[in-house]
Amino acid sequence: MPKDTGIGASTKRREDVRFLTGRGVYTDDLSLFGQAHAVMVRSTVAHGRIVSIDTSAVESMPGVLAVFTGEDFKDVGGNPAGWLINSRDGTPMREPKRPVLAHGKVRHVGDAYAAVIAESYAQAKDAAQVLSDATEIEELPAIVDMKAAAADASNRVHDEIPDNICFDWGWIEDNRAAVDAAMKAAPHVVTLELTNNRLVPNAMEPRASIGEYFPGTGDYKLTTTSQNPHLTRLLICAFVMGIPENKLQVVAPDVGGGFGSKIYHYGEEALVLAAAKRLGRPVRWTAERTESFLSDAHGRDHVTKIELGCTKEGDILAIRTETYANVGAYLSNFSTATPTFLHGTLMAGPYKVPHVYVNVKTVFTNTAPVDAYRGAGRPEATYSIERVVDKMCRELGLDPFEVRRRNLLTPDQFPYTTPVGLVYDTGNYQATLDKAVDLADVAGFEARRAESAKRGKLRGMGLSTWIEACGIAPSHLVGVLGARVGLYDAATVRVNATGTISVMTGAHSHGQGHETVFPQIVAEKLGIPASSVEIVHGDTAKIPFGMGSYGSRSLAVAGSAMDRAIDKIIAKGKKIAAHMLEAAEGDITFADGKFSVAGTDKAKTFGEIAFSAYVPHNYPLETLEPGLEETAFYDPANFTYPAGAYICEVEVDEGTGKVDVVAFTCADDFGNVMNPMIVEGQVHGGVGQGIGQAVLESTSYDENGQLLTGSYMDYAMPRADDVPFYTVDHSCSTPCTHNPLGVKGCGEAGAIGSPPAVVNAVIDALQRGGHSHVTHIDMPVSPNRVWQAMNA
Amino acid sequence: MQMSDTREIKAAPSDVWAAILNPDVLKECIPGCTEVTGNREEGFEATVTQKVGPVKATFKGAVSLSDITEGEAVTISGEGKGGPAGFAKGGAVVRLEPIPEGTRLSYEVEANVGGKLAQLGSRIIDGFAKKMADEFFDRFQQAVEGPAEPEAAVPDATDATDATDDETKKKGWFKRLIS
Repeated sequence: MPKDTGIGASTKRREDVRFLTGRGVYTDDLSLFGQAHAVMVRSTVAHGRIVSIDTSAVESMPGVLAVFTGEDFKDVGGNPAGWLINSRDGTPMREPKRPVLAHGKVRHVGDAYAAVIAESYAQAKDAAQVLSDATEIEELPAIVDMKAAAADASNRVHDEIPDNICFDWGWIEDNRAAVDAAMKAAPHVVTLELTNNRLVPNAMEPRASIGEYFPGTGDYKLTTTSQNPHLTRLLICAFVMGIPENKLQVVAPDVGGGFGSKIYHYGEEALVLAAAKRLGRPVRWTAERTESFLSDAHGRDHVTKIELGCTKEGDILAIRTETYANVGAYLSNFSTATPTFLHGTLMAGPYKVPHVYVNVKTVFTNTAPVDAYRGAGRPEATYSIERVVDKMCRELGLDPFEVRRRNLLTPDQFPYTTPVGLVYDTGNYQATLDKAVDLADVAGFEARRAESAKRGKLRGMGLSTWIEACGIAPSHLVGVLGARVGLYDAATVRVNATGTISVMTGAHSHGQGHETVFPQIVAEKLGIPASSVEIVHGDTAKIPFGMGSYGSRSLAVAGSAMDRAIDKIIAKGKKIAAHMLEAAEGDITFADGKFSVAGTDKAKTFGEIAFSAYVPHNYPLETLEPGLEETAFYDPANFTYPAGAYICEVEVDEGTGKVDVVAFTCADDFGNVMNPMIVEGQVHGGVGQGIGQAVLESTSYDENGQLLTGSYMDYAMPRADDVPFYTVDHSCSTPCTHNPLGVKGCGEAGAIGSPPAVVNAVIDALQRGGHSHVTHIDMPVSPNRVWQAMNA
Repeated sequence: MQMSDTREIKAAPSDVWAAILNPDVLKECIPGCTEVTGNREEGFEATVTQKVGPVKATFKGAVSLSDITEGEAVTISGEGKGGPAGFAKGGAVVRLEPIPEGTRLSYEVEANVGGKLAQLGSRIIDGFAKKMADEFFDRFQQAVEGPAEPEAAVPDATDATDATDDETKKKGWFKRLIS
């Protein structure tokens, strides 16, 4: 019997009431007295030297209040990369300054080099166009192709970086010789070259920011579309503008999706603050959709050669990769971690492979910055591994299911130390594979294939057994790996005098369902109704601290901090109860919302204890502070390791090459599940994005660095009729061994595990349909590419 | 984006050459062109209004001629700014060679777009550019040799002085201009 409340209940999402009735309050919904409007002036060329910007052309235009250029910010700091990565030879990565507004050079189409502030949006927009026309930029040859960029020392995105390489990273460099030897000795070697296509995040709500300055106190306030307001505050204060951290409040109200793109601090946030101070008025900016295409941090964009050494029976002996990772024109905050420690460390997959070596060359190009996007590095790793394993099966004539079973780690091997530096704490990969095989009715595939064939369609089935490291992360480990921050999280549990509860959490919710799930946990632990619990997030003035929501970390890290804070509340409650019940503290037990003296019927309800804490008439004031509010910081001991098996079935139209994903089955191990409905929804969303990447989404720059896919006319997002009804299961659960909730995180899983399952299914369909020469097609597997491959 | 094509024009190379360098001809032949000023030495200024998919804009741009081999070849380069629509720029290498029927004109065009034109119109830009080029050379051909008629005689500049009114009408307006 499913629960209807507390942990494990499919409680409906309370936030959906406002989201679905148009009552959400997003940054752009706010209207402030005296507000002025900012419009950014963006480069229309990919690479150029700014010769002159004639600001006098707009200063007297109607409504224009101020004009900013890179010159105004040349003496403040830059927006830094959050991780310092060293090259194989030990030299630190090249880290060019990323200014608020481009200064001297523009480095990608959409690079903002000026901003106009005016009374109205229309006036600002008009003036921005005039300023654009009044700017002379000497166009330089665009650097678009990564390998060409790395080979050409004469043409530089950043003048001080000769070969456009940010770093050349080896993981683990000491293992390289052993991996090379194992590869050489392997009876069979499979080689695959593939591209992990660049994606535009496309959050439903475009980025927006409002800056305020209060001259009476010298305080600043930034309202912005952020997944982590505290990190944004830290970056603006400590790195970019030098505002004391206590003088800047950052608020992220309702945020309409992020998928990674709103983790990072962007120049527009600093701009509206500077403009607000100069004008003494609130200054707002909201991106248009095409601006978002041009200036949001993109995702993926790897070109990889992967080699896999194995026995003729399909035992994996060694994996070696060489990847070119595009970081675009500047280093976005997580851009150096994504292709390295979120990618290279996962290159053993869920397999017992003894030798793994990963090489990543990260390259600057005249394109939008690339950073973490749902999955971040782990989809790239999973795609490479699962595609090459599939290719191995075809080359050796082996069954892909059997090969997985042969190589998957077994439950008795945990904790398992991988050759790429992680310790998987727990898992049961056979169980999820068996479950997926069962749910997908693999046994009935041939009959379905025959039925598809009758309709003239080629049917194929693809498998992916995936693992990720998330719940990022243990600070001690990420510190070793190069992180410049800690990755703990924090929560304050405030019990109000009347017994209701406010939880201030560092995890920002922008669609995940925290406002529903976190109260379920509080309710379960304190034996009170979930409706008595309110979640407060997204405001640096209200919450103790937070590292934000990304990397499937909200529940595993911030949820665990909340769990710890609740434990402190219970511990203090026991002290209060012991006093009120005239019993020893050690005799007090807490269950079902009551503090009881063990072995008696003497008890106080949670509400009575809370009231007593705030009206301490009968209270141990000499030993205990009044009030009932506790804060906990939680730093996990390890990453969490969700894993699963995905099976995809596609139909390919032989005449047109069109791929239809007709069935998709997910068997995931997320550890303990707090709200099954929300978990299912997260998997649906992730798989939808994965199918989008695999079948539809292509980000295309021409040779001049012009973004050709700058709107929904040319960039294909998945729609409801592009995805099948999913079969989702998370019953094969092995709880995380090191966080108090036993949770692993589910936010990115679908986007990580699904793309290789789709592409494997397409290759399977073509092979079974007689196109045996087709061994690989790059994503997206568009009709054009599939048709070309079939008819090559 | 690159395209190339050849046209056979029923006019002498010298006439075709003169037409190519004439701003009035350019204005008449460039689709959507409302104004052309300037000369071959200092370059031309052109104003063109066009709609590329969802983007309609008036482009103002400079056209310059280079690598001139008198009567045989010229490189035409241009860059137009279309305000919010972005920009278009490109070049065409045009070559003329005499053939018995008149002149063979061959061209290689390279065109690039930026800004909104690229972001919104790229899907259709190749087709659009091809259409523009076809239209330009159709008009150019018509301007130089007159409307196509199955029985129309090969125009011959040397006969122009003896031509009747009817024959004159068959000739293109540019031909009439220089005849």
